[in-house]
This record gives sequence, structure tokens and C-alpha cells, in this order.
Amino acid sequence: MKKQWDILIIDDEQVVIDAVVKICSSEGYSVDWSIDAKDALNKFDKNSFRLIICDIMMPDIDGFKFLDELRKMQILSIVIMTTGYSTVENAVKSLYNGAIDFIPKPFTADELINSVERGMKYLEIQNSLNNLKNDDESIIFVPCPAKYFRLGYSSWAALEDSGTILIGVTDLFLKTIDSLSEIDFFNIDDEIVQGNQCASLKDKNGRIHPLLSPVSGRIIEVNKALRRNNSLIEKDPYFEGWFYRLIPSDSEYEIKNLTNCSSDRL
Amino acid sequence: MLKKIGFKLIIVVGITAVLIIGIFSFYNIRSESNALLAEVERHANQLSETVKHSTRYDMLLNQRDRIHTTINTIGEQPGIHDVRVLNKVGEIIYSSHEDDIGKMVDKKAESCYACHAANKPLERLAIKDRTRIFRLNPDSSRVLGIISPIYNEHSCWSADCHAHSKSQTVLGVLDVTISLKDVDEQIRKGEIDTAVFALSAVIALSLLIGFFVKKWVDNPIKELLNATHEVGTGNLNYTIENKRDDEFGMLARSFNNMTQKLSEARIQLFQSDKMASLGRLAAGVAHEINNPLTGVLTYSSFLLKKTQDNHEINEDLKVIVRETKRSREIVKSLLDFARQSVPKKNLVNINEIVEHAITVVENQLSLNHVQLNKELEKTLPETTLDSNQMQQVVINLLVNASDAIGPKGGIITISTALLKLSPYGITHIKKATCPKRHDLMDNEYKIDGMPSIKLKIISNGNEGFVNLDPVYGRNKHHFDLSFNLEGKNDFQVVCPKCGMSLIEENKRCPECNAPLYNLEIPSQGNVEGCITKECSWQKWEAVDIGGLKEYIEIRISDTGCGIAKENLSKIFEPFYSTKGQKGTGLGLAVIWGIIDNHNGTINVESVLNKGTTFIMRLPLKPNK
Repeated sequence: MKKQWDILIIDDEQVVIDAVVKICSSEGYSVDWSIDAKDALNKFDKNSFRLIICDIMMPDIDGFKFLDELRKMQILSIVIMTTGYSTVENAVKSLYNGAIDFIPKPFTADELINSVERGMKYLEIQNSLNNLKNDDESIIFVPCPAKYFRLGYSSWAALEDSGTILIGVTDLFLKTIDSLSEIDFFNIDDEIVQGNQCASLKDKNGRIHPLLSPVSGRIIEVNKALRRNNSLIEKDPYFEGWFYRLIPSDSEYEIKNLTNCSSDRL
Repeated sequence: MLKKIGFKLIIVVGITAVLIIGIFSFYNIRSESNALLAEVERHANQLSETVKHSTRYDMLLNQRDRIHTTINTIGEQPGIHDVRVLNKVGEIIYSSHEDDIGKMVDKKAESCYACHAANKPLERLAIKDRTRIFRLNPDSSRVLGIISPIYNEHSCWSADCHAHSKSQTVLGVLDVTISLKDVDEQIRKGEIDTAVFALSAVIALSLLIGFFVKKWVDNPIKELLNATHEVGTGNLNYTIENKRDDEFGMLARSFNNMTQKLSEARIQLFQSDKMASLGRLAAGVAHEINNPLTGVLTYSSFLLKKTQDNHEINEDLKVIVRETKRSREIVKSLLDFARQSVPKKNLVNINEIVEHAITVVENQLSLNHVQLNKELEKTLPETTLDSNQMQQVVINLLVNASDAIGPKGGIITISTALLKLSPYGITHIKKATCPKRHDLMDNEYKIDGMPSIKLKIISNGNEGFVNLDPVYGRNKHHFDLSFNLEGKNDFQVVCPKCGMSLIEENKRCPECNAPLYNLEIPSQGNVEGCITKECSWQKWEAVDIGGLKEYIEIRISDTGCGIAKENLSKIFEPFYSTKGQKGTGLGLAVIWGIIDNHNGTINVESVLNKGTTFIMRLPLKPNK
């Protein structure tokens, strides 16, 4: 019988490991750690982890290779990436490669905990999805519609005929947040960048969850209806509950880094 | 020496001159000597007629002494060699040389030969046949002899002396010989004169050609050669002082232009390299500093959470967290500076950006008594760029211009325009595929911040990769395998994903005859290029056909203090500043980075104490 852990933290910096272990332990999680990815991969023989927090920039095996190895070993733990090399490119790339979230270093204890909490919730949802029998009619979350593109599991983008792009939040992301209470929007004419924060969602516990933008562009319209009424997003996150309308800067290139939602339904 | 153009020219022209003068002189001398001889001949004939007539009466009277005297007198004249009278059988009867009298002359002798050559002696001869030119001795000068037959007349045989019978036709011959010494000398003198003339003409021509070749060809070539040596050893600021209007002047001007362009390109390249290494440095620092910062931020924010009820500690911790977050923003902006994040581009009109920037600095300019002239192109198309960054660029340049002008006031002119430039060396290849449509772009290996085109090379059993420069015609390729094309049989260039050959069959590099690769550029035709490291041949027909590419140019000129020539190359360097304590020296370096990030170029022209002009060029359609 494998030993069950909540979290595995992999980082080549001991101080980061110590901090993560301390913070997560104080939240009641069981945490194991490893100073390099090779050592971490060996742990899976005798241990299993619900969630892995992994640095991208590491000697020998980097975060991307580690994700590949996990896939080869058919390990289903969910992965949250961190890196000091806080670039948009890395964030987006790791999400495309199977990580569910990305925390740019340096991060605060709250940012870490919020991300971990969402991850745990995500895992819970996945598990309950697996436990569902085919004949079960209950819907756990609404997947994003075909022809939409999503960044990780959090935000979606839909191309409009006029060349503009609508973006919004996925139902799954909302489900990982414990009752949304407030949305902090950006303003018209603000520039947003793919993989960077474009709104923050506050839950009823006052925790702040950043929404990462799926594409870059300039905001030309903010959904006024949603601004007036938060609950719209929970009813219809994909149509009525859009966030912004953008003029994209390089959508053709950026969409390659997004997951096509049509493939979710296979 | 023998291979010099001037010398070759002199030889060719010299030979031509010698030939022309030689042929001309040959005919000239010949006709001149013929005329001289004819004159002598005429003179001799006249003389012999005179002798004949003046002795005729004495002959009739048979007064031999008088005849002797007459002939001697005539024979003593200068230039007359001999005057003699021969009788029918060849005996010399009278002669100006007394010793010869009574001697017999052989029929074969020069005087007799003309008539006695045939079996039967001739009785009448044309004047031409009666003269002959000969030498008495091989080493003596030439003489001209003329024979004049004395015919039998009625008075001859009817005279009292009965010296001649009636049946005789020719009684004897008068033979006059005239020395040709003077004539020969004259001819020789003519020949010498001509030779001297020819020689001096050739020498004068050679000197003339030599002089002008040196002046018009040698010296400018020497200057050019010297200049190429200077440039070859790295002195790109060398210019040829040349005010000629000929082809060499044009060559010199074009050479100066080339070195100027080269030096600009070198500065850009140098700057690009430096910014790239600075970017790497910043990224490295950011990465290194982020880990300790993570330690500080996580622990302090964790403590902050745990000490909610201890107000005093809580407040202090808040400061630590706040300041650490600030450090985080600084690191992030450092990374932005290092061009690690994509610029936030959208479609805008440059004129709007310029207007925005002007409103920001307007007050400051008018305080400094600066007059701002706007020369904005009204019909400027929209272009994709980061409006915030671009506005920052324009503001910085305007503030710099105002600082350069100082408190006394001056004029700043800002202008925008649309230009067309050649695509070669500028156009960015954003996507390339193999014939099976596999993407060849390599995001891992970037050249000047742009993803390169990765091809696989198989040569002599070794495999390696080449990363092609994505800028058409710029050729900053990277080869991680060296190969030679000697073992041609197994040389292959293939798609790294499917192994499909990318070599163009039946076609060779027009410059070095090496194999050519051929890449598909989706919806923009094909790029072909030479695979060898040494050769830089590339061709992208679809883009070349499109002709010139459009650029938007922004010029900002001021009437300020200008920049010294030796400082011009340094102004885009990070931390270079002339503002002392006032500036950080990052302004122009950041501007350079922004413009470079937009695939544009920035140049500066400046005259000390006259003013400075910054010229920025941004491609109108950055993706094509």
C-alpha cells in the first residue's frame, strides 16, 4: 500500500521548500518535498500525492520534462507550476502541457494557499466525475462549448466574426472557488496579456483568485450586465457571463497555446 | 610594375605610335629620295647635253686641246665625279681624269652595259636607261652615271679631218658621272630626323599617358585601396576625401556610403548583441533574486497571517510584505526591460500617439521657450504596436530634445512619414514548414529574440541541426554541425519531424553551386537558400515580388547642443548619460529596446552645436 500524501513540493531552492512546507502544513496538509525532479520521480514507487507543486527552472530535469515523465508513468496527480522566470510564455506553456495552475515567484502565503485550495477542489471535482456512472444525470460542471479555446481550465476565449475576441471564466474554475462574492474588473482601454491576470475573483472568505487572460489585446468592452449582477456568471458563464470584448494583438499565434474545447468532448 | 594598367597602356600606345610613325616615315623618305634622285638625274642629263654642245664645234674642227680643256674645266666642278668621252671601240679619248685617257673600257663596264647587253648594240636609249647608279668601290659613296651617245652627222663625216666615215651611226659616248654623296647624306639625315621624331613622339606620348594615368587612375585606385585596407582592419569611420566627377569619384562616394551604412549596421548589431546579453543578465538576475525574494515574501506573509492579533508586529510585517511586493514589481519591470514579455500591441495611428505624447510634455516645453513644429503625414495608415511603449519613446525623445536645447529656447520639429524600403535583410519569417506541413520554427533556439528555423543535417553519418536566421537575408545562422560537401552522396537536409528532404533537386546555389534548401512559408510562397555556412545566398520570391516594404518614419529634430561624433556610438548604451546626476542613462537604451522589439530601427544624426535628429522606422505590417 502506497503512502498517501497531500502535497509534493519540488524546488531546487531549500528556502522555497521550507516556506511551502511550513505554510501548507499549517493549513493541515501533509507535505513531502524533493530538491530535484529525478529524486521526486523515484518517490512515486512508494508514495502517492494528490497535488504537486513544481518549479519550472531546475537543473537536469526541468518542469516541462517532469510533466512529460508524469504522463509517461500515468500518474494522475495534479500539478501547479512555479518559477522565478516569471514570463508569460512559461506560464502558458506549462498550462498547455498539463499543469492546472501557475504561481509566479515570488508569491505570498495567501497566493500559494488559494492556488492549492483551488487545486484540491479541482481534484475533488475530477474524482467525483470519475465516480459517476454513465447513467447518472447530475451535472457537476458545464464544460466550455465547442469552438471555444481555453487556457488551462480557468479562462476561455471565443473568436467573433468581426475579428474581436470574447473572454470569460470557465464553469470549472468557478466551481473551484468557494462561492464568488465579488469580481474586480479591468477597465476599457486596458491592455491585457496572455497568461497575466485580467480580473480578480473574490470568494466569500475574502480570498482573491486571479483570472489569467487567455489572449493578449486591448479591452474595448466590459460586460455591464455582469458588472451589475455577479450571479449571471454562475447561470451562464459561456454566453451571457462574458467578461471582456478585446481587440487581439496576435491571436493567431497565441491560440496555438490554448486548448481547443472541441477536444474535451471526445 | 609590368602588370600595372598604366604600363600596359603605355606599351600598347607606344607600339601603335611606332607603327604609325614608322610606316608614314618609310613612304615619306622613299618618295623624298626618289624626288632627289630624279632631280640629280635631270641635272646630269642637262650637264651632258651642255658638254656635248660646248665641245661640238671643237670636235668638228678636231681641236683636241680645246676639248680637253673644256672637259677638264667641267670635270673640276664640285659634285661631278668624271666626264669622259669614249670612242666606238671603248677607248677613252677625253677624260677629266687625265690618267684614264687611252685606256680601254670593257663592254661589260657600267658605261657600256646598257646598250651592249644585247647581242646587237642598241643605238637609241630612253633617258631612264642611260642613267645608272653604282659604287666604284664597295666602300665609296654612290655615283650616278649618265651616258649620252654622240651620233654621226653630216658635218662629221664631211669635215676635212675625215676622222669619221659616213656609215657610222654612233661615233662615241659621252659619259658623265656625278657623285651622290650629298644626296645620300641628305637622305640619311632625313632618316635620322624621322627616327628622332618617332622616338621623341613615343617618349612624349608615354610620359603624357603615364602622367594622366597616374593622375586619373593610379592615385584614385591607391586611395581606394588604402581605404579598403583601413575598412578591412576595422576602421569603418574612414572616408575617402574625393571631389572627382569621374567614375572613380562615383566609386569613392559609393564606397563612403557603403562604409557609413556598414558602420551603422555594426552599431545596430553591436547594440542588439549588447541588449540581448543585458536581457540574459537581467533574466538571470531576476531568476536568482526571485528565489530569495520568495523566501522573504512567503515567510513574512505567513507570519502576517499568524500574528493577526499582535497589532505591533503585524504592522511591521505589513511593511516587509509591502516592500517585498514592491521588489517583485521591480524584478518584473526588469524582465520587461529585458524584453522577456511580449509587447502589448494593437492597431493604432502613430499620429495619435505623437499627439498624446505632445500633450504630456507641452507645458514643460513652453516653460523652456521651446517652439514645437508638427509635420505629421495626414494619411498615415494604422499600424500594430504597443501604444504605451511608443508613447514613452516619443515623450523621452521630446524631453531629451528639450534638455539639449536648454533654457535659452529653440525649435523641436517632429514629423511622421510613410516610406518604402527593400524587404531583403528586414523581413521576418514567422512560420516555415516542410512539404508535409510540419512546423520548422524552433522556439528553443532564438536568434535576436526570434524563433529560428530548425533543419536537420545528415552528413557522412553524422547528424546535426542548423538554426536558420528568421530574418530574410540577414544570415545569422547557427550551425551545430560542421560539414563539407565533399562526400556529396549521403549529404541530406531534412525536416526534423518527418525526415522529408528539404533539398531542392536540380537546382544549385547561383553563387557557390552548393545544394539549396527550400522551405514553405504558408501562404507566402517559398524561401530558398544556400546550405553552406560560408555562402549567404537567399531568395524569397513572393516577398521580393511584393517589392518595397512600407515603413512609418518618425523624426524628432532639435536645435540643441548636438552630440559629439565620438559619443554618437555610445548614446544607446545602458547607463551612458550626459545628464550627470539628473539621469539614469537608461532612457535611450530602453527606447532602443522598444524599437527593436517592434522590429524597427532607430538612428541618430547630429551636428555639434547645431542640433540632433532621431529617426525611427517601424514596419507597417510587422507580421508580413
